[in-house]
Amino acid sequence: MAAPTSNKLILPRYRRDPEGTHPPLDSPGYRSTALRHPKQPLVLLPQMLTEVTGPLLGPGRLGELDNDLTRQHAEEPQGQRILVHGRLLDGDGRGIPNSLIEIWQANAGGRYRHTGDNWPAPLDPNFDGVGRTITDSEGRYEFTTIKPGAYPWKNHDNAWRPAHIHFSVFGQAFTQRLVTQMYFPDDPLFFQDPIFNSIPDEKARQRMISRFDYSRTTDHWALAFEFDIVVRGREMSVFENEEEEDE
Amino acid sequence: MTTPSQTVGPYLAIGLPWEDGPTVVPEGTPGAVWIRGVVTDGEGNPIPDAMIETWQADPRGRFDHPDDPRGRVPGFRGFGRCPTKPDGTYEILTLLPGAIPGENGAMQAPHIDVSVFARGLLNRVVTRIYFPENTEANAADPVLNSVPEERRGTLVADKTDDGYRFDVRLQGGAETVFFDV
Repeated sequence: MAAPTSNKLILPRYRRDPEGTHPPLDSPGYRSTALRHPKQPLVLLPQMLTEVTGPLLGPGRLGELDNDLTRQHAEEPQGQRILVHGRLLDGDGRGIPNSLIEIWQANAGGRYRHTGDNWPAPLDPNFDGVGRTITDSEGRYEFTTIKPGAYPWKNHDNAWRPAHIHFSVFGQAFTQRLVTQMYFPDDPLFFQDPIFNSIPDEKARQRMISRFDYSRTTDHWALAFEFDIVVRGREMSVFENEEEEDE
Repeated sequence: MTTPSQTVGPYLAIGLPWEDGPTVVPEGTPGAVWIRGVVTDGEGNPIPDAMIETWQADPRGRFDHPDDPRGRVPGFRGFGRCPTKPDGTYEILTLLPGAIPGENGAMQAPHIDVSVFARGLLNRVVTRIYFPENTEANAADPVLNSVPEERRGTLVADKTDDGYRFDVRLQGGAETVFFDV
């Protein structure tokens, strides 16, 4: 067995996110957190081998049309066709290559293809709302899809979710795993949405809003939005020198 | 700088599960064990819209990853993913991990890192599965030892006929220990 003979186990380390970047697990405005947030304090887990590694999920997971949600059926889905593109970056601005990105979303009427979704907007037989792709050598990705609609939910009186696309990214380490939602610019529903507003830091919250990108629109075909996803940056450190502080 | 986390919402099952997600190794693999459990909320009710993800070393304690300083050992996916069923249960078929190097030459007891996603969880929560037969290694494990003694049991799976049982209690009595990674 290839057990290390030295105690100098040199591993990358991932900087922890600043306070306010992520939502508190207990966010009373979002009612479903009430019974689902741990009440005991989280225990600090040092980053060791299990945490600085992570699944590298390659092209074997992808079907040919997984990155074009408008071509997965015989006919085209209803709605406004859009290109969503951007880069998967780490906190130091480096693109993360060959990394799986998964998305799921409601259709143009704001309804998900899920048995639990009873919102009486029409189901679109030509739209599953599921996509996957792999970032290229510079961390770039793109999807062709349709703009999802807003939809009502039961969280509070007259509650509506702003239009959004769910994103799941892995990065290269367990510490970089992230599930988020991409929103659209100038959505009038932000003010009343407790999920969007669960992010305490205003600048961090704005990073979930995509940018309208006229340069990538296609004449007589599609609008375009740019959305970069940033996961933690990394630094090299030697476990023996744990007194070094993260920035 | 980083992008904030958001909940997977109630419909994660349309976008995230894979047919082979729960089987880290194919059924019939010699030595494979089922890890099964239920995810429950603060009232003890099962959560039907949650998802478990697992990440672990192979039986020799190695990772199929370039940042394993002993060198990448391709071949063991190490990753499992299972949405919960309407009764809140999940299942993962895998091989038991080996011991894993930790800090200062000490070894960590065999363990599996777990992410839990669900509607109502605005960020994933992270826990670890340890195994009950590794009494000595568990007693020396630095992470287990950093947890208050009376709560350590929530991180140790129970032996079953075909593997292990590991329940995840998001809140309440015997709440599972969750880690800040």
